[in-house]
Amino acid sequence: MAFWDYANPTRFLRLVQVVLPWLIGFCVLAFAAGLYMAFFTAPEDYQQGNTVRIMYIHVPAAWLCMMCYTVMSISSIGTLVWKHPLADVSAKSAAPIGAAFTFMALVTGSLWGKPMWGTYWVWDARLTSVLVLLIMYLGLMTLWRTMDDPIKAGKSAAILTLVGALNLPIIKFSVDWWNTLHQPASVVRMDGPTIHADILWPLLIMAVAFTLLFFVLHLMAMRNEILRRRVRALRMRAASVSRPGTAAATAQPAE
Amino acid sequence: MTGWAMALFQRDLRLSVRIGGSALVGVLFFLAVVTVIPFGVGPDLNLLARIGPAILWIGALLATLLGLDRLFQADREDGTLDLMLMAGRPLELVILIKCLAHWIATGLPLVVAAPLLAIFLNLDPVSMGAVTLTLLVGTPALTLIGAIGASLTVSLRRGGLLLAVLVIPLAIPVLIFGVSSADAAIHDPVPFVTPFLILCALTLIAAVVGPVASAAALRFSAD
Repeated sequence: MAFWDYANPTRFLRLVQVVLPWLIGFCVLAFAAGLYMAFFTAPEDYQQGNTVRIMYIHVPAAWLCMMCYTVMSISSIGTLVWKHPLADVSAKSAAPIGAAFTFMALVTGSLWGKPMWGTYWVWDARLTSVLVLLIMYLGLMTLWRTMDDPIKAGKSAAILTLVGALNLPIIKFSVDWWNTLHQPASVVRMDGPTIHADILWPLLIMAVAFTLLFFVLHLMAMRNEILRRRVRALRMRAASVSRPGTAAATAQPAE
Repeated sequence: MTGWAMALFQRDLRLSVRIGGSALVGVLFFLAVVTVIPFGVGPDLNLLARIGPAILWIGALLATLLGLDRLFQADREDGTLDLMLMAGRPLELVILIKCLAHWIATGLPLVVAAPLLAIFLNLDPVSMGAVTLTLLVGTPALTLIGAIGASLTVSLRRGGLLLAVLVIPLAIPVLIFGVSSADAAIHDPVPFVTPFLILCALTLIAAVVGPVASAAALRFSAD
């Protein structure tokens, strides 16, 4: 029942305190190895030259922006089905990180597109669906900001996240129908990767580094969100104490 | 069961037709959008004929978005929404009926106005019919998807703009298949039926997902 043990925020914060330094350590090591290999040992592409190195940032960021939405969808199920008190904290703190990774994937992609395709932006299927994903992240973040009550905002955002999760494959499919120029997937395929091992290894190490970075940032953001809610609850209690006669402070489930 | 459903349907329809004239305002807005486009892209009739279906679809999308914030807000302000939540009727069905009434009051006038506006855009009779048919099938999906956004933003004081931002990404597939089936009828790179059937499927999916998600959102916003 480890899942339910960490429904208690205090216990969760203690776990974060133990795990976080290790995660940061591994993350720094993975980035050191990955960046060194990406910049110094990986060969230049015979067609693309040095611009191929943009890929070591671009591809992991693009993978992460989808993984982040998956994390948010699972958290949303946790909010709506199990009413896990940390699930909406997790979803809320994952959204800005996901938006940042999506933005990074778009910017690095268009920087790579300028020398390769001759233009910063094309209305190609993959680019367009990633742009739609960015708009959805930003819309979700706005929904969280416009509601005062964090519990209600969490539930509303969870519904929208799940509708988005249903809709993302449909958007992907319809945009594919609409236009396609981006190269097809070349790492995850049934008959093995089509790119050379010298390029594949740095890419995989960078992917691991980005994933670790996501978990580090996510745990830190969750810790901050829990502390922010505690401050909010304390303030409300202080306000109700200083004015006796008004209702007592409401209980905060995520305390 | 049909008694209360019919009563609710007639009530919603009567309210939206009589108060504020939302149907007429929606069509006027549609007309205004279509009028503005030639000022932006120039009065070239060949160009307008080529992008005409897209203009009509975008105009219909914007006009639908404009009317969506009234879907639940008026009922929330006078307390009717709370009564509907407590009435013990299946809330998903209530929302489906409300969406149907809302579509007849705001979506159907757009479909009826589309052939007239198509004349301004120099569309030939075949594409005029194709655009009208795709709008007839596709605009219910816009209303049903929009119901999710309307119920999420119902408790916000100025939710209209946020509603549009939340709904537009979800409406992209409907727009793509609406425009591509209308285009297919004109230049036919693919047969008209293929994208048209997918558009029908999207509307059916929206008829399931929209009421369910929107009912969940209304229940959470109430308690």
